[in-house]
Amino acid sequence: MTTLEAATDAAKDNLAALESEAIHIFREVAGEFDRPVILFSGGKDSTLLLHLAIKAFWPAPVPFPLLHVDTGHNFEEVLSFRDGVVDKYGLRLVVAKVQDWIDDGRLTERPDGTRNPLQTTPLLDTIAEQKYDAVFGGGRRDEERARAKERIFSLRNAFGQWEPRRQRPELWNLYNGRHRPGEHVRVFPLSNWTEADVWNYIAREEIELPSIYYAHRRKVYRRDGMWLTEGPWGGPREDEEVKELTVRYRTVGDGSCTGAVESTASTVEDVIAEVQASRLTERGATRADDRLSEAAMEDRKREGYF
Amino acid sequence: MSSLLRLATAGSVDDGKSTLVGRLLYDTKSVLADQLDAVQRASVDRGLSTPDLSLLVDGLRSEREQGITIDVAYRYFATPRRSFVLADTPGHVQYTRNTVTGASTAQLAVLLVDARNGVVEQTRRHAAVLALLGVPRLVLAVNKIDLLDYDEAAFAVIAKEFAAHAASLGYPEGTVLTIPVSALHGDNVAAHSANTPWYSGPTLLEHLENVPVAPDPHDAPFRLPVQYVIRPRTAEHPDYRGYAGQISSGTVRPGDDVVVLPQGLRSTVERVDTYGGPLAEAGAGSSVTVVLADDLDISRGDLIAAVDSRPTVTDELGAVLCWLSGSPLRAGARLLVKHGARTVQAMVEELTSRFDEQSLSTVDSPDALELNEIGGVRLRLAEELPVDDYARSPRTGAFLVIDPKDGDTLAAGMVGDRFSALGEPAA
Repeated sequence: MTTLEAATDAAKDNLAALESEAIHIFREVAGEFDRPVILFSGGKDSTLLLHLAIKAFWPAPVPFPLLHVDTGHNFEEVLSFRDGVVDKYGLRLVVAKVQDWIDDGRLTERPDGTRNPLQTTPLLDTIAEQKYDAVFGGGRRDEERARAKERIFSLRNAFGQWEPRRQRPELWNLYNGRHRPGEHVRVFPLSNWTEADVWNYIAREEIELPSIYYAHRRKVYRRDGMWLTEGPWGGPREDEEVKELTVRYRTVGDGSCTGAVESTASTVEDVIAEVQASRLTERGATRADDRLSEAAMEDRKREGYF
Repeated sequence: MSSLLRLATAGSVDDGKSTLVGRLLYDTKSVLADQLDAVQRASVDRGLSTPDLSLLVDGLRSEREQGITIDVAYRYFATPRRSFVLADTPGHVQYTRNTVTGASTAQLAVLLVDARNGVVEQTRRHAAVLALLGVPRLVLAVNKIDLLDYDEAAFAVIAKEFAAHAASLGYPEGTVLTIPVSALHGDNVAAHSANTPWYSGPTLLEHLENVPVAPDPHDAPFRLPVQYVIRPRTAEHPDYRGYAGQISSGTVRPGDDVVVLPQGLRSTVERVDTYGGPLAEAGAGSSVTVVLADDLDISRGDLIAAVDSRPTVTDELGAVLCWLSGSPLRAGARLLVKHGARTVQAMVEELTSRFDEQSLSTVDSPDALELNEIGGVRLRLAEELPVDDYARSPRTGAFLVIDPKDGDTLAAGMVGDRFSALGEPAA
């Protein structure tokens, strides 16, 4: 390899450039903040995030704990994957259970039974209690219009709120992590990745994911145009017919609002081919909560959601 | 392996930037059915007969209400040849700070003008900002050419005027392309237009796919800001001490002689480590961990550099600032400067000049720099920093100016006299 080729390696290779940028962001946070934490759900984006964190600090251990906001409606396969990863890398895991907040009256179950919107309060309470000052998330700007506007270092006020008009300019690769007491910064190292980049990187790095990302047989029922699975979130209702289909998940989140897609993609390569051919975004295909209004994501982010 | 091109858009209000970006996404099939459905629904709700592609990108409530872009948004699209990260920046004068944000990482900028208005004050201002930030390539998209009945002569006038302006900003021939487009109808965006038989150049997308990404000059001196010291202190790695960072410029190999600044300590590179194994060589843009032969006291904020071509170590900075804050800057102000991984206190000794984008000249000794103004300053620093001239080494010549009171980013800073570079064609 000539010098010139080496010098422009990262510019030439899209995934190498994205990886290097994410590692830079992790190290910047480790250097500037006192109490960072990685939001970890066991989904593909947070698993990728953790993989990059391990790379950033090798051979030292990841200097942050993980935080999982558990809605109580999670997929068993994902929870066991989460615990397996924590054991394998010797990480510290903090779990904030929505059920605890419901039990002591700080939250009330919604009439529609979905707990996804209830995550915000346990998240903000735990950030405040644990005094986390930087919170890593796996959010990507390609997911949604409002996310496309968000900075890599996204300042949240003392109420955890995002204020789009008050965002700091983000210049070169210089990130400003200054914040006042009580404020915190959400950090999105995967900002510039697309769903295709994520899957191509998972293939390249042979990153293990929860089994439900790949095709499997599952009993599902149709609600709001999505295939939901049985679980503690209620369902099927009497008028909802249960079918056994070959499905997989494009995103994993709260079971009450995350749908499966019919798919026979059983390997990473199959999934990449399927994602490339899909005419639906991952959220459009499988997330009911984004369909609520034209600016549903922005409104939730303003409240403190990721 | 596909490459990555980072680009920014700029232009004045209502010249159709969001529509052009929507069109690029649409024509590269980067818009999926559910997103298009949402745009169609919203367009019908607004009483429009055709889908308004700008709704694909104007994501915030207030943007959709006002039909304008307020904040910079990042968009992603790809073709088999390349992946693109596009910073879509607002055109309003009061949001020029977002143009600076988008342009600081851009390898190419697409400036839009409305064909009916041609090159306007905002075009000249944006082009000057892009030149000052060192964006290596410009495209002028002459939009709404359909509204001039695809008039070749009108296009030629705009192209000529812009070429002259770009040349006066120091853009050499071959770095600026002017394209007649209609974002609304898709002329010359992704497909050659039958309406402009007189235009023989590439479409916008063809140009973006094929434009050379300016490589880091292979003879650029090695620079590595130390972000983080990796000390595992584990049974497996009891004595490991590595200096982690992203290489700003140049290359590094085991055996290279290096100097650690600002202290001036000398050592030799023993290994260039990554999770995937040690490297024989690493270049600009790579995040690596360097292990040195000597046990030195090095911490976050230090800079590891090539011995034979060192940056200047100084506590006096002559620099150009793009002032991005609503509170004006005056001499005597106390600020923070973030350069590489180091943040130091600074005081503004003097405002030396203010740049006038219209005349491309400077006014000496202004009283203040207001929001969106660009000017020269002299800063005194509480600690020495190792800096390069921005013109030669942008990553080690760039810095943030931060408000010590509330932590807000106040300015984009560039070391050296950027104004003198304008008008001289780049080497």
